[in-house]
Amino acid sequence: GPLSERRLMDVRLGELPAWLATCDLSPQGLLGGVWKACNSYYDKYINVKRGGPAGISMLLAGYCLLSYGWNYQHIKCHRWRKYH
Amino acid sequence: MNLSFFDQFASPCFLGIPLILISMLFPALLLPTPNNRWITNRLFTLQSWFLHLITKQLMIPLNKNGHKWALILTSLMTMLLTINLLGLLPYTFTPTTQLSMNMALAFPLWLATLLTGLRNQPSTSLGHLLPEGTPTPLVPALILIETTSLLIRPLALGVRLTANLTAGHLLIQLISTASATLLPVMPTVSILTTLILLLLTILEVAVAMIQAYVFVLLLSLYLQENI
Repeated sequence: GPLSERRLMDVRLGELPAWLATCDLSPQGLLGGVWKACNSYYDKYINVKRGGPAGISMLLAGYCLLSYGWNYQHIKCHRWRKYH
Repeated sequence: MNLSFFDQFASPCFLGIPLILISMLFPALLLPTPNNRWITNRLFTLQSWFLHLITKQLMIPLNKNGHKWALILTSLMTMLLTINLLGLLPYTFTPTTQLSMNMALAFPLWLATLLTGLRNQPSTSLGHLLPEGTPTPLVPALILIETTSLLIRPLALGVRLTANLTAGHLLIQLISTASATLLPVMPTVSILTTLILLLLTILEVAVAMIQAYVFVLLLSLYLQENI
């Protein structure tokens, strides 16, 4: 279909700048995009009939990775520290 | 660089954005919002069961006026529980180790219970300052003691939560550092230390849940006296 109506996963790599130009980059638009992404994650992994621990575990693992990235400046000097 | 064991409690910042903001907002992602379905997903069923459990537990001793506090007490309980438990994951930051946050939670809520009591039933609230059946010579001393214990309540609430969580995290860091340092030198002792670390982690999970419960329970008790 036309470029503006396709979802991100269906857009080819070469068409990416053109697709970015068509999407709504205002604060409301970005917020709407984030909200849609969150809801699609929920519907795929958590809001299912027989969900297991996988949905939440992925969120927690992502949170751990994010915290690691946030603390990286402190952690990278760990090897050379005399006192931990 | 002079670093201490308390560096893990420094509020980390990245490009000017403090992690504490995300740590406090993240639990909202883990708790689904209700929708109009009759049969919901498993996570939401678990959450509803748990919320019913704590609401029943907290609201039974309160009278009808106290039931207005149901929302704030249950949401406080859920927030403290999730924040404390999330802090046990590796590399994460626990906002409740910061005394500023715990005092900001404890002080206004305690003051609200006190002012509710003083406004609606002043004689009964002031009457709590003297236990029944005290001998007459002891009355002045006891009133002073009871007033002190009343005024120290918010401090105790905040510091209790901070101290328990900070001590737990510190112990985990100390014992894991010991265990890792001993591994090349004395492997047997290192394995014993790792065993202690496992037991301590289980204790920390329990402490995280109990401290959240105690905080909210004490607030509901203070409310019972005053409402």
